[in-house]
Amino acid sequence: MIAHSVFFYIFSLIAIVSAVMVTVSKNTVHSVFFLILDFISISCLFIMIGAEFLGMIMLIVYVGAVAVLFLFVVMMLNVAEQKGQWFSSRWDGGTHIPVGLLVSLIIFFELIIVIGGWKYKPDLLNSLSINISTEVTNTRSIGNVLYTDYILLFQISGMILLVAMIGAIVLTYRERAGVKRQSYVKQISRERDEGVDLVDVEKNKGVKIDA
Amino acid sequence: MLSIGLGHYLTLAAIIFTIGIVGIFLNRKNVIVILMSIELILLAVNINLVAFSIFINDLSGQIFTLFILTVAAAEAAIGLAIIVVYFRNSDTIRVEEIKNLKG
Repeated sequence: MIAHSVFFYIFSLIAIVSAVMVTVSKNTVHSVFFLILDFISISCLFIMIGAEFLGMIMLIVYVGAVAVLFLFVVMMLNVAEQKGQWFSSRWDGGTHIPVGLLVSLIIFFELIIVIGGWKYKPDLLNSLSINISTEVTNTRSIGNVLYTDYILLFQISGMILLVAMIGAIVLTYRERAGVKRQSYVKQISRERDEGVDLVDVEKNKGVKIDA
Repeated sequence: MLSIGLGHYLTLAAIIFTIGIVGIFLNRKNVIVILMSIELILLAVNINLVAFSIFINDLSGQIFTLFILTVAAAEAAIGLAIIVVYFRNSDTIRVEEIKNLKG
């Protein structure tokens, strides 16, 4: 139990510090690295608390795909090193900083008030639908309901991913001049008459080819 | 203090959520950092859902987390594509120089 608490505090400290560093570091590449660190420590927390499948999926999806995507875009756009001061603005001279901090503090204290004064509804525990079984593993119990009770949502999330993929391709696609490409329609619709020329060859004269 | 309960996880999620909001408010560098702050906010939501799911012994929270993960990945892909297109058109993604939309 004590080990659990110690690890909780270590991982959450790393998560909070790296979340702060995501927003304040001057180099955007460092921000992406701190985002990766944040996701790793949160997924360690998930694995500790007993949601192993989600912890591993977080590692694969966020660290493996999303963070690499961010890194790729940052490096491709060549915006990593930002000139100028931290959070400085050329127009309002930094007056947005206290206002933003104030609004964020209000939101934070509202959340804390909600957490502090929160209780279960008395009949909540009776109205539960899917209990977590102690006999099967976390991954197996998720699989048991994901492909049966939640099959519609599962399919819809697949459609969302498909739409996102097509949308990203369509957005970033551009026609360039001077790129050589196969044209299947042109290739297939070619007839014999335009491809082959029958010529009577005269003796000792050969054939003159007009290219 | 030593036994970790639901409140600890909810407080951690609240802190990360607030840091994400601070990142959106204060950012004047580039839009990519704003997208990363949105990812932080979604992460805080995921922490809340998983913690509730474990502590009230109901699996549906973890399944919703799975769907939030899907939508977050799709959102990151689309957002980065929009940023790439914007950079190609106007050569900057500094937040203070994106003023085409008069709002």
